[in-house]
Amino acid sequence: MKRHLLDQLLAARANRQAVALITHLDTGEQRIVPRSAAASDPLAAKLDEAFRFDQSGSHDGQFINIHNPPLRLVIIGAVHIAQSVIPIAQQLGYDVTVIDPRGAFATGARFPGISLHAEWPDEVIPQIGLDPRTALVALTHDPKIDDPALNAALKSDVFYIGALGSKKTQASRAQRLKEAGFSDAQIARIHGPIGLNISAKGAPEIAVSIMGEVTRCLRLGA
Amino acid sequence: MAASDHTILEQASGWLRQGRKVALATVVETWGSAPQPIGSQLVIDAEGNFIGSVSGGCVEGAVVTEAIDIIATGKPKLLQFGVADETAWKVGLACGGRIGVYVEPIT
Repeated sequence: MKRHLLDQLLAARANRQAVALITHLDTGEQRIVPRSAAASDPLAAKLDEAFRFDQSGSHDGQFINIHNPPLRLVIIGAVHIAQSVIPIAQQLGYDVTVIDPRGAFATGARFPGISLHAEWPDEVIPQIGLDPRTALVALTHDPKIDDPALNAALKSDVFYIGALGSKKTQASRAQRLKEAGFSDAQIARIHGPIGLNISAKGAPEIAVSIMGEVTRCLRLGA
Repeated sequence: MAASDHTILEQASGWLRQGRKVALATVVETWGSAPQPIGSQLVIDAEGNFIGSVSGGCVEGAVVTEAIDIIATGKPKLLQFGVADETAWKVGLACGGRIGVYVEPIT
């Protein structure tokens, strides 16, 4: 691999652009194809499928290596459970962003090395953008903070939306979102109570159940 | 590709900036139950230091040895590993799968 191709791959990652590196396994010849230009490539049909399913593979002696943007997890609430979710999410390859307008919670001491925003979700989310490689979890229990984030998530194509809270909390949240103009089908995108039902006890087990559900949605779509 | 592979590319870039010679190994084909998915990568330097994984530990040693040669010759190579291989007891995959690993110098 030429070094300038390596630099291009790293730059694409930093800019959240999807690209494919195509290698002729016989000659070693290589080229980079951005997803935006895949339709006009000789391998268009294969590339389209490979990008959509995030699936690298070999075709007729050419290896298509898909470099989709990194997965990203947006956590609403700089809370105790978030502290357990973060190391698991990082192991799974997610870039983590935490948003909580309460300055006492959103401190660097509690979340060292994490992209942290001590602001309201509706102020931060437009800046960071939500896309199909992003999951959003609302963990504050506080409608003032969670609702604006869920509003933004429902208007985006994030692959997962989850919200902490009991069935009763979920019902009153659904009612508020309905009054805000969302349809039942849209509201059904929210996983709540959040996480796989594994009778999780305590923050670390809840974190496992949340990231288990996020992974299921990533791999199986629902 | 595995999400962690971007870390491998960053590692490769970091080693190059330090003036080290580097090769990249990538799983390009798998048959049967292969331990690491297609796209998994390993970065190797001329001294045999390596980071990443192409097989969960079964064939890394052989890949690193080949990579050191490939760094020296500058020519990429496609390696095949599997239990059907005559060297199975030395560097085969215990799981019964087969993998193709493309090893290339970064120049």
